[in-house]
Amino acid sequence: MRSEVVLRVVGKLLIPFMLLFALYVQFHGDFGPGGGFQAGVITAAALIFYGLIFGLPAARRVAPDWLVESLVALGVAIYLGVGFAGLALGGNFLDYFVLDPNPVEGQHRGIFWVEVGVLVTVTGVMLKIFYMFAGRSRSGGPDQ
Amino acid sequence: MMAALTIAMVMQRNLFSVVVLSGVYSFLMATVLVALDAVDVAMTEASVGAGISTVLLLGALYLCGGEEAKPLRRPFVPFAVAIVIVAALVYGTFGLPAFSDPQAPFHTHVVPRYLNDGPKETGVPNVVTAVLASYRGFDTLGEVVVVFTAGIGVIALLRTPRRRRGKEKRE
Repeated sequence: MRSEVVLRVVGKLLIPFMLLFALYVQFHGDFGPGGGFQAGVITAAALIFYGLIFGLPAARRVAPDWLVESLVALGVAIYLGVGFAGLALGGNFLDYFVLDPNPVEGQHRGIFWVEVGVLVTVTGVMLKIFYMFAGRSRSGGPDQ
Repeated sequence: MMAALTIAMVMQRNLFSVVVLSGVYSFLMATVLVALDAVDVAMTEASVGAGISTVLLLGALYLCGGEEAKPLRRPFVPFAVAIVIVAALVYGTFGLPAFSDPQAPFHTHVVPRYLNDGPKETGVPNVVTAVLASYRGFDTLGEVVVVFTAGIGVIALLRTPRRRRGKEKRE
């Protein structure tokens, strides 16, 4: 598909907006529909789109395997970190009220970081699964 | 329209068109969810169901070929089981409260608290986000761990170890 001029041009035009929309969905999730999961999927979709148009090696250069794999674990770690932060500051596990002197601010902060954790894990897993499927050749071995 | 689409999907022998039809089905489902005012879920359905899973299924299709194999014998027993389960589910829906009944149990239990106190307590206008991330934070943590486990499972199943790959190159 690398020779399709229309796809390449449209892809180059669209992908920045897809990533921007993902960030909007992520950080506007408090006010409108959206949140970490949807934003993660949209981010992964933008990168998968890039991989489909420009080929898997190009996508692997943008988001290398080690990065994607550590994203998978990092998101869960962020989420758990929020939980333990609440514990360390004298509240319950995943207690956001203690994260800030003002409880409402604390809730904001907790929800923000939790959503970041969800975003990171979902992006990593979706990309990893895509790499895994797209990176195999028909004979079953790795395609490189 | 969704029922017709489902029947078309079942009748279709070419797996490529099944994948495309299931993408269409996901988009229709997303519109249904928008009509039900569940915008967050609709967004997820449109992006995951119609977007990512279509791409993944196409990738899997590339690996295993596009024609469905003919069944060895007529699948009467699974068909009967499916019919029984559908009948049981339809029977179950008679016990549900009427659609958008304000007195339904799930509308009188914790929903008033979330709707009335949620914005005050969390400062987040979107109740879905407040419930997901704050009141049900532990459940969401579980969901993230599920996604994490799925990723780890795929990595464990499909990744060929680096060492063996190096050996194959040398041979």
